[in-house]
Amino acid sequence: MSEVIKIKKGLDIPLAGKAEKVFGQTQLPSLFAIKPIDFHGITPKVVVKEGEEVKIGTVLFYDKYHPEVKFVSPVSGRLKTVNRGERRRILEVILENDGKDEYVDFGVADPTSLDRKAIINRLLESGAWPYLRQRPYNVIANPQDTPKAIFVSGFDSAPLAPDIDFILTGQEDAFKQGIEVLKKLSPELHLGISNDTASKLYNSLEGVQLHRFSGVHPAGNVGVQIHHVMPINKGDKIWVVQPQDIVSIGNLFLQGKHDFSRVIAVTGSEVLKPLYLRYRLGASVSEIIKSGVTEGKLRIVSGNVLSGDNIFGDGYIGFYHTQITVIPEGDEPEFLGWALPGFGKYSVSRTFFSWLCKKKQYRLNANMHGGERAIVMSGQLEKVLPMDILLEFLIKAILVEDIDRMEQLGIYELVEEDIALCEFVDTSKMELQAILRRGINLMIKELG
Amino acid sequence: MKALRKFLDNIKPHVSKGGRFEMFHSTFDAFESLLFVPDKTNQNGVHIRDAMDMKRTMIIVVMALVPALLFGIWNAGYQHFVALGQEVGFWEMVMHGAIKVIPIIVVSYVTGLAIEFAFAQMRGHEVNEGFLVSGMLIPLILPVDIPLWMVAVATVFAVVIGKEVFGGTGMNIWNPALLARAFLFFAYPAYMSGDIVWISGLSGMEGVDATTGATALAAAVQGNIGQFPLWDSFIGTIPGSIGETSTLAILIGALILIYTGIGSWKVMISVFAGGYLMGLVFNLVGLNSLMQVDALHHLTLGGFAFGAVFMATDPVSASRTEAGKWIYGFLIGVFAIMIRVFNPAYPEGMMLAILLMNTFAPLIDHFVVGANIKRRLKRAVVKA
Repeated sequence: MSEVIKIKKGLDIPLAGKAEKVFGQTQLPSLFAIKPIDFHGITPKVVVKEGEEVKIGTVLFYDKYHPEVKFVSPVSGRLKTVNRGERRRILEVILENDGKDEYVDFGVADPTSLDRKAIINRLLESGAWPYLRQRPYNVIANPQDTPKAIFVSGFDSAPLAPDIDFILTGQEDAFKQGIEVLKKLSPELHLGISNDTASKLYNSLEGVQLHRFSGVHPAGNVGVQIHHVMPINKGDKIWVVQPQDIVSIGNLFLQGKHDFSRVIAVTGSEVLKPLYLRYRLGASVSEIIKSGVTEGKLRIVSGNVLSGDNIFGDGYIGFYHTQITVIPEGDEPEFLGWALPGFGKYSVSRTFFSWLCKKKQYRLNANMHGGERAIVMSGQLEKVLPMDILLEFLIKAILVEDIDRMEQLGIYELVEEDIALCEFVDTSKMELQAILRRGINLMIKELG
Repeated sequence: MKALRKFLDNIKPHVSKGGRFEMFHSTFDAFESLLFVPDKTNQNGVHIRDAMDMKRTMIIVVMALVPALLFGIWNAGYQHFVALGQEVGFWEMVMHGAIKVIPIIVVSYVTGLAIEFAFAQMRGHEVNEGFLVSGMLIPLILPVDIPLWMVAVATVFAVVIGKEVFGGTGMNIWNPALLARAFLFFAYPAYMSGDIVWISGLSGMEGVDATTGATALAAAVQGNIGQFPLWDSFIGTIPGSIGETSTLAILIGALILIYTGIGSWKVMISVFAGGYLMGLVFNLVGLNSLMQVDALHHLTLGGFAFGAVFMATDPVSASRTEAGKWIYGFLIGVFAIMIRVFNPAYPEGMMLAILLMNTFAPLIDHFVVGANIKRRLKRAVVKA
């Protein structure tokens, strides 16, 4: 039995609206989209025209600077439209689902009999390559590289996150096949699992190094797990994959088709019945939102409330997201809010009287509770970041664009989701995740 | 509430961009955000945020200061009537104290906030809440008989030179409230030291024994520390600056700050530890009467406790790394007692010690950050 790594710095925010372990019934929507903005640093080149017919697995666009990395359609039907934003930047490639589910056949194969190059080619051709992301930077892995290791986090500790053990039930064979594929891609394969649940599936895997974690969020963040096992230094490349994507990779070899089906957790205080749905990657959320949420102004998030995207009522689930969270928008002013005892307010500090009721689950909204200020409080951010990084100094280095300093202070080890909690507790209300991404983009630009 | 909201919404277009009173935008914003937590929602990043903001933080600090303030008001009256040799009731003492102290507070806040509003409007920023605390700190570290115009001048100095010149809240090197006191100490020394100013009304009295007006530290120099035993200096029934005499009231404030997570307990404990250890060292040497003052007694005298809890813990001017805070606090305690003992002319070592360590706090942080960087580099070499 390996040692348990206890994560003490962090925070489990007690939000209302956790998904019950039941499956709901919703038909797949008619609109789907793959959003190039979900992938950091790619320049999409669209290869299908509007109105053209597509099958599941048909290439929609590729990355201009890495043309072998292809992005394919999750539904069969036709390409409806390409939504562009400022300066013709492609925001969404929208598809109409004809419901027929016709797949492109890539052929069944056994990963143990193929060599590494053949496996990589199959992943690239079928559009499954984007499931592999690289740390540092969280960009899509470079097929030319050989990583130091592949690291998978087997559980999600974010607020209201789906229970991955529950989701993987019934998909063990595909998951195991996916693990076999990953083993071929890198010299080491690591899996971070939660010490609080005993997963038969994870414990039965061979050729995989298991690491047990317990404690508060962000124990489930793969970046935090990597920091405690094999911290990233300059020049290191570690690839990361999510569990449901591993199932998809496994099915690609077992069944010869790229299966985009995902179990999505519909969560949040404004969801009438939080539960799980057998859905598909890239689906529009309009069906779910239409009947499943309360009245009023709402914030609909693809992903969790800390690092997800605001997709509004008619948006599409992100490529890397398996959760939707719906909370109140909260764009109303509150009389003397900062001075009142605040029994309903949630705070890490004990400055509101809400700490008197410990068991409470909160219905938090998207209100900022203040305005952006200069950096005043010290030590706040580091209290919820379980890594040996002086975050305040790193943020300041990014703001002055000091590349050497950013490198020295550990920017290689961080991606946005790791500092999302820091942004949550920050009294000065800074946009820390956005600042970090600016820093990462600067590193990529200057150092490649 | 609704009527108030409507009223503000009606004014808003006139003070926004393009309106006739656009130059008062920051002022309007300040009052609006004072009455209502704004309706801003999170746009780019997290979707939920902690309910705490700078206003709440500052209000908690002000609340932590209230015990010292209330005691100080009563004590001002008490010391006055003791010096006169009169026996009066509790409320009479409070009334006397209030009449002397509240105008000082008003002058401090009005002057400071006027400058803050002006600078914010000039820069086009929102008014920062930093002065909500400084405005309460400045009166508490001044003698009760200080002329009001001096309070105003000192506040102007503190806010302009101590804060705005550096860029406003969050950018200052030194503690602004301490700068106010330092300014008065060096510019008008007669009003900030000696035997007369610490008890209300002494300067106008005749036939009063001068030594009854001395502070405990001045008495210690003369070897008369027995006049102010440990219990009295702990409770605070001794002459001194308005808020700094009662160690007990200050400790209540310390508990509030530590419990809400706003004040750094590391700084507070290390200041007391450093001061106590230095006091012990001096007790061992025992060369003069100040050195002989018991180490524990030192912690309750002068501005030591007040500085440890409310001044040294100012996050902007203190060390920002957790390891740095221990060193920073410890050195403040050491230097405060050292300056006090070696310099009978500056019985107020605490103020100078804190300002000195404010200057060195970035240097301490520099080394802590350097250690963090070295650890990371060593890790890379070892792995290779």
